[in-house]
Amino acid sequence: MLTQRIEIHKLWDGDNLILGFSIGGGIDQDPSQNPFSEDKADKGIYVTRVSKGGPAEVAGLRLGDKIMQVNGWDMTMVTHDQARKKLTKKNEDVVRLLVTRRSLEDAVRQSMMQH
Amino acid sequence: MDTESAYSGYSYYSGRSRGSHRHGERSRDRHKSRSKESSRSEKSVTINAPPAEPLLGDQSVRGEEVQDDNWGETTTAVTGTSEHSLSQEDIVRISKDLDDSVGLDCKRYLNVALSVILGLVVFLTPLAFLILPHLLWPDRLRACGTACEGLFISVAFKLLILLLAVWALFFRPPRAGLPRIFVFRALLATLVLLFVLSYWLFYGVRILDSQDEDYQGIVQYAVSLVDALLFIHYLAIVLLELRQLQPFFSLCVTRSTDGATQHYNLGQLSIQRAAVVILENYYKDFPVHNPALLTASKSRAAKHLAGLKVYNVDGPGENNAAAGIAQSQSRAMIAAAARRRDSSHNELYYEEAEHERRVRKRRARLVVAVEEAFTHIRRMQEEEQKKAPGDVMDPREAAQAIFPSMARALQKYLRTTRQQHLHSMESIQQHLAFSITNNMTPKAFLESYLTTGPTLQYGKDRWLARQWTLISEASVTSGLKDGTVFLLKCIDFSLVVTTKKIPYIQLAEEFIDPKSHKFMLRLQSETSV
Repeated sequence: MLTQRIEIHKLWDGDNLILGFSIGGGIDQDPSQNPFSEDKADKGIYVTRVSKGGPAEVAGLRLGDKIMQVNGWDMTMVTHDQARKKLTKKNEDVVRLLVTRRSLEDAVRQSMMQH
Repeated sequence: MDTESAYSGYSYYSGRSRGSHRHGERSRDRHKSRSKESSRSEKSVTINAPPAEPLLGDQSVRGEEVQDDNWGETTTAVTGTSEHSLSQEDIVRISKDLDDSVGLDCKRYLNVALSVILGLVVFLTPLAFLILPHLLWPDRLRACGTACEGLFISVAFKLLILLLAVWALFFRPPRAGLPRIFVFRALLATLVLLFVLSYWLFYGVRILDSQDEDYQGIVQYAVSLVDALLFIHYLAIVLLELRQLQPFFSLCVTRSTDGATQHYNLGQLSIQRAAVVILENYYKDFPVHNPALLTASKSRAAKHLAGLKVYNVDGPGENNAAAGIAQSQSRAMIAAAARRRDSSHNELYYEEAEHERRVRKRRARLVVAVEEAFTHIRRMQEEEQKKAPGDVMDPREAAQAIFPSMARALQKYLRTTRQQHLHSMESIQQHLAFSITNNMTPKAFLESYLTTGPTLQYGKDRWLARQWTLISEASVTSGLKDGTVFLLKCIDFSLVVTTKKIPYIQLAEEFIDPKSHKFMLRLQSETSV
């Protein structure tokens, strides 16, 4: 599966460091409610909202991306709360995400076909 | 139109079934009505001889009548356009009924007589067993003491119980007259007869001839006879009453004229008994047969056939090829009818919509008129009756007083829904008086006119079909089987009955522990980071 590395620099918003997106999913959640996953049994962490002009959008994160790793930590088999904690560590300014999205594969295939 | 075809139907059947008539319309005498093979008089079901032609052969006779090209001119006084006319059908029916009431009643009386004789023989036998030794050899009899007296009491009470039980089971007024003998009753009568004869034989040989002195033994013998009779009566109850209570077949009954259908669940009965049950339920469940509602489809059918005429151009000379010509003619007609641009469906649709609108308008007027009429009268209280005795009316007069204000609306409504021959003015006034007496609201009074009820709701003269004919390919005393089809035919229409077996139901059990009902929330949280 194709993945993309995205580096997001956190932004100070008052007292908090924000990344500018929302996540959903987790092994303690109901996977059938996830609108972005292909496999409705997939309990991974997905990006459910990207705020406009925020650091995440600037860095290239898109709606519906599945987050596979955060700073090296695996995100495919974590609870929702664990994922949130890994993303909102106060002493980190930058988070490096490994994401995958469906459209990545289509784009690569298309570009391969053009050549 | 209707009258011609009905008449032809009648004459077709009167020739065939006259031999097996057992129709009795007089009031039955009650005390003579008990019989084990009793025939019943109120409705008689006569059987048609096993048909040489196909089951619905009569329909083809009726079908031919439709092709009369002058039907538009000759259909004038069809059944029931005015309240006091008698149609040809009615005349035919009345004359037929008069003929039949003088029919063969001796068969029924023979049955009654036979069963009364059998009953008397059966009842008197134990008493004869007890009394004969005292009469024939009183001096040699050994007197028996208290044991015998106890047995006398038991014989007396058992005979009393047997008498009551037989009265309850067999002394009921007969429901119907069946075409063939009632097999179970005949079997039981034969069994009882054989039984009693064998007891007499034994008694005659071993006791009378040898003049036995042991009176106690004789009394015990009589007691055993009475016991056995009670057991035979138990057998009679099981065979005649209990066996058919458990539903086994589902019968689908369809009326041939308008397709009204009902389903009944019956047990294992013979075809003739099932026919009686169905007819009893027919009068209660099926809406009354209204021939005036059928004229529309007949006229449409006539128009179809009248539209195409086939001319034989080759001349009348070829008689041996007539069959081939007729066949090709009918095929040509069918093909032409299929190709023709037929707009009769359009007419039907608009006609029905228009009729519906008219009926609703008349109904609204009727409801308002009746409600207004009912406000004109008021029930008098007890105190008022004593105080002001003037201008007091009984229900009949009150009905006559308010009837004129609703009469016109009611008659128009009945004419639109083609029910006017079902209700006479007399019956309407009677019903109005009845409603007033029982404090019914106008809606309750109108209910019997707004909806067509079952046949029983109308007067006895509307139970026109007292004479039913059972047409069946299987023998009518054979039991119902899956797929049995038979017809119940009366003068105006026939009821087609098909049988289906109720499927065997296999029930399985599943136990659910009440503690196993546990639930969980479905979480889908979204956190912004």
